[in-house]
Amino acid sequence: MSRMASFMQWIDDRFPATKVWNEHLAEYYAPKNFNFWYFFGSLALLVLVNQILTGIWLTMNYNPSGEQAYASVEFIMRDVDWGWLLRYMHSTGASAFFVVVYLHMFRALIYGSFRKPRELVWLFGMIIFVLLMAEAFMGYLLPWGNMSYWGAQVIINLFSAVPYVGDDLTQWIRGDYIISGATLNRFFALHVVALPMALLLMVFLHIVALHKVGSNNPDGIEIKKYKDENGIPLDGIPFHPYYTVKDIVGVAVFLFFFCLIIFFAPDMGGFFLEPPNFTPADPLKTPAHIAPVWYFTPFYSILRAVPDQQLGVVAMAASLIVLFFLPWLDRSKVKSIRYKHWSFKVWLAIFVVSFIILGYLGMKGPTPMRTLVAQICTVYYFAFFFLMPWWSQWGETKPVPERVTH
Amino acid sequence: MSNEGVDTGKRRFLTLATAGVGAVGAAFVAVPFIGSWNPSAKAKAAGAPVEVDLSKLEVGQMVKVEYRGKPVFVVKRSDSVVESLKNTKIDLKDPKSENPDQQPEYVDGEIRSIRPDIMVLVAICTHLGCVPQHKKVTEVDWGGGFFCPCHGSQFDLAGRVFSGVPASKNLEVPPYSYLSDDRIIIGVGQEVA
Repeated sequence: MSRMASFMQWIDDRFPATKVWNEHLAEYYAPKNFNFWYFFGSLALLVLVNQILTGIWLTMNYNPSGEQAYASVEFIMRDVDWGWLLRYMHSTGASAFFVVVYLHMFRALIYGSFRKPRELVWLFGMIIFVLLMAEAFMGYLLPWGNMSYWGAQVIINLFSAVPYVGDDLTQWIRGDYIISGATLNRFFALHVVALPMALLLMVFLHIVALHKVGSNNPDGIEIKKYKDENGIPLDGIPFHPYYTVKDIVGVAVFLFFFCLIIFFAPDMGGFFLEPPNFTPADPLKTPAHIAPVWYFTPFYSILRAVPDQQLGVVAMAASLIVLFFLPWLDRSKVKSIRYKHWSFKVWLAIFVVSFIILGYLGMKGPTPMRTLVAQICTVYYFAFFFLMPWWSQWGETKPVPERVTH
Repeated sequence: MSNEGVDTGKRRFLTLATAGVGAVGAAFVAVPFIGSWNPSAKAKAAGAPVEVDLSKLEVGQMVKVEYRGKPVFVVKRSDSVVESLKNTKIDLKDPKSENPDQQPEYVDGEIRSIRPDIMVLVAICTHLGCVPQHKKVTEVDWGGGFFCPCHGSQFDLAGRVFSGVPASKNLEVPPYSYLSDDRIIIGVGQEVA
């Protein structure tokens, strides 16, 4: 036995290193027909690593106090060697995270990846999505710019809609009568310690659940149905090296666009870093127009579309909660868009358009016309999900192949 | 080990009792974790009352002071404005200020002040917490008052919310009282002063 092999044997006798490697990479068989849409899971993992690494380095110079926070971010930008790059990698990474996660979720939507037996994969994923929103929201307060401040003010005040205890609840969240250094400090603690730990745990569970049931694929059929004499799926290929190499191509393309933004448009024209955030937080002066960062705007639009404060908050919460139930709302006989009735494409297309319109309107100030459009899109958003148990059974589905196609 | 003679009822009781005691313990342990999120003694001290001198305030003028870190508007209203507030023609959500959380009980429900001309308001929009702008009677065609730039809520010069805007509660009147004819203290209510 070579020295390397005997070393691995020594390890394997004490820790299942080779076993884990094989089960999850070298002998984990994924369907051979993955396409473009299957890049975004591994890209999300890449962005997560980017956020954790740059985040740790940012904390080395960031000062989470009401007096120093804004100045310490400017210090990072101007005086710390490469500080500007670390910060832009982190701030661009936040938006990139939502780009890849939204595309990842869209993939699940079109190929039915949330359907039985992958309900838990979807639920763990949804928890990751909600944690990610909390993580992004708290992170946005940390630069202590005026949009950080007033954005947090508006979002925390959503909790005042809770009956009876609302005002006490918001005060408890803030730790002060207004958003202050106390709020900033606790958001910092949650942003850098609590939520990342919860996120990592959920990502771990997401992947464990996925590897238990195996990946879905663009045909929406189970590759485990046809196996060779060794029990290996005929339509499966080992994740490593085949998909690790494929994913590296995705990484290269992703990093090209990621770097383009970091170096040439780090604020993305106000989409990734909003202009009022380049002035320090001022508790006595609200920016003329408050809008959340782009990835929250569809849900913010739903909030504003409802003319009653409490019902608006309920609608916004419901727009997220309904996503958790997706595995039980889709009653179609087939999983993939390829074999569903054509009406699915119509429902889905209007849904995508509504979601994008809601996102656009959330960035703009409200006018009666815009509110009306937001209301129509909100109604459609909910109709898409609430009526899915019925419309997903409409029409004839196409015959599903036994083996994957290309 | 043999399972004969196992009293499963007793086992179940012991399991539940242990879990129950554990849950009570966990609830007690949660107290400091949850309690530490309340405003600290320092934050409470910073919420000390503030005094405002009214002698130099002209009719129609407004001063902005900070109480508990929040902006508070003090506006001097003319007699005609006070009269118009009493017989308002504007459609308001809560014209008589029947929500007791939004003002101390010793202020009038319609003009919402102790002395009719002096209006004291927490300048935090009751919708989602932006700072409304003060609009003088002469500046706008809706009678003057407060306009929130964030989501377009409007309030009259008594801080009462208009119908058809996102906010659903009147602007808050903080506890305050008169130290003398021309001095008020914000943060100390009338009953204890």
